[in-house]
Amino acid sequence: MLLLQQVVNGVMLGSTYSLIAIGYTLVFGVLHLIHLAHGEVFMIGAFVALQVVLLAGGGLGTALPAAAVASATVGVLIYLVAVKPIMARKGHLFAPMISTIGAGLVLQELATRIFGGEQVGFPVQMESHVWHVGGITITSVQVVILTVSLGLMLALHLFVTMTRVGMAMRATAESMVISHSLGIRSDRIILLTFAIASALAGIAGVLVGMSFNSISPYMGVDMGIKGLAAMLLGGLGNVYGAMLGGLVIGVVEVISVGYLSSSYRDAFAFFVIIAVLLFRPRGIFGSTAHVEG
Amino acid sequence: MLDPYIESILIFVGINIVLSLSLYLPVSAGLLSLGQGGFMAIGAYVSGYMTSVMEMPFWLALLAGGVVAGLVGLLVGIPSLRIKGVYLIIMTMGFGEIVRVFYLNFEPTGAASGMGGIPVHTTLPVVALVTACVLFLCYQIRGSRIGRALEAVREDELAAEVIGINLTQVKVAIFGLGAAVAGIGGCLFAHYATFIDPGQFGFQRSAEIFIMVVLGGMGNFVGAAIGAVVLTILPELLRIGGMQEWRMTFFGVLLVIIMIVRPLGLIGARR
Repeated sequence: MLLLQQVVNGVMLGSTYSLIAIGYTLVFGVLHLIHLAHGEVFMIGAFVALQVVLLAGGGLGTALPAAAVASATVGVLIYLVAVKPIMARKGHLFAPMISTIGAGLVLQELATRIFGGEQVGFPVQMESHVWHVGGITITSVQVVILTVSLGLMLALHLFVTMTRVGMAMRATAESMVISHSLGIRSDRIILLTFAIASALAGIAGVLVGMSFNSISPYMGVDMGIKGLAAMLLGGLGNVYGAMLGGLVIGVVEVISVGYLSSSYRDAFAFFVIIAVLLFRPRGIFGSTAHVEG
Repeated sequence: MLDPYIESILIFVGINIVLSLSLYLPVSAGLLSLGQGGFMAIGAYVSGYMTSVMEMPFWLALLAGGVVAGLVGLLVGIPSLRIKGVYLIIMTMGFGEIVRVFYLNFEPTGAASGMGGIPVHTTLPVVALVTACVLFLCYQIRGSRIGRALEAVREDELAAEVIGINLTQVKVAIFGLGAAVAGIGGCLFAHYATFIDPGQFGFQRSAEIFIMVVLGGMGNFVGAAIGAVVLTILPELLRIGGMQEWRMTFFGVLLVIIMIVRPLGLIGARR
């Protein structure tokens, strides 16, 4: 029963990792870029939601859209300012990646300046129901987190498989040159990809802020690393891999805390990744296309 | 006597050159690492423990720090044969994180509260000497048989293997050598800072080392060294310019601008 409880907690934690990993993987899919400011986009979402809720009041219904819009704006700005001009020129494979580190530093300091460097509590409190289902305890916060993140993943799945724009996105990820010559406006698709990826991160920011009841300007760093790990585990550029990867990392983390030692929680995820990489270097769902990097 | 502030900047310039070259070495064979902070931590903790607790001489500790970090590097280098590019970057990042968490929990070296009381041995002449040695090493490697082998591996692994280069040996060796140099850099750092804690060797540090190399240009070791100099002095200049408060913002913006203006790094990829 304890194990089952751990799995439930792990899935809850992991679903937020999944949301972030999906963002990484969407961006990687179209641009082959590791977006190292993505963790900061996540953090901005949490902070803006906090401010909006403090100023305008309201609950989750205000916080989530506010975070999504703010993060999407920031994400698109990062692309326009720090990625696009570099992509346009022939340079190092890693020049855009370094530039996103720069953008992340700026966002981190801006957040520290504007919102203060301390951890703050998150005001979106719901009356916390606690349900007991056959020995497992589930809180209403957990239910919200799971519903929101799984709902978003389902929505994303329907979007990329059912709509024309979603198909255009997949085509662009497959090959930008060919899809461009077929009349897909890859510029817009890239912008859209950044917007979606960042909005998901912003929403994850609210969910994480709510479940740990604390946000700080530095929360993006750890979360960003976990998200990257989740993406890698699932296979670069694969949306479903990122979903699964996030859940696996969440469950591994919670179980390792429960059965081994809480002090090593941040390292266990990486042990899993290194083990996976040794036996299956392309990740769980990854194609061999990106292994050459 | 030199102004202590200037002297401390020069010492950090030296340490950062050593760290930057520690990443340049594997990069010269096409192996990118975002985990140099981890090797640095190993060098810092091993040498710091030897001089402060075991009261061993500094030079022995410097050597041991480099050797232990290098051995760990050899171990980590073995999987690098199987994975490449982005995967290798994230795997080394994971390694750095594991090292950090290890020292965060390792009681003999103070765990989370850090390790203090390390004697000051890193003076300017020491740093200058070590930096010169590492630069000389890189210079010697470039012109040698090994250097040409590394270049061949970076440009085209298959072709390199066909002409008889032992890929396994070359890659593992250069990764280990880079790790050893990072360990030495960590040792210099520990004996200047006198107090070390795991937070100093986290992802930020690895990213900083990575930035130095890309900023300077991955094409040659002079670029990596110049990247280190620029990255050390730039934030200090901003401090003088009265921008103390917004230091990191300016630094981030400059990073973006430099990448836009010179996407190949300051020195470019001259080979």
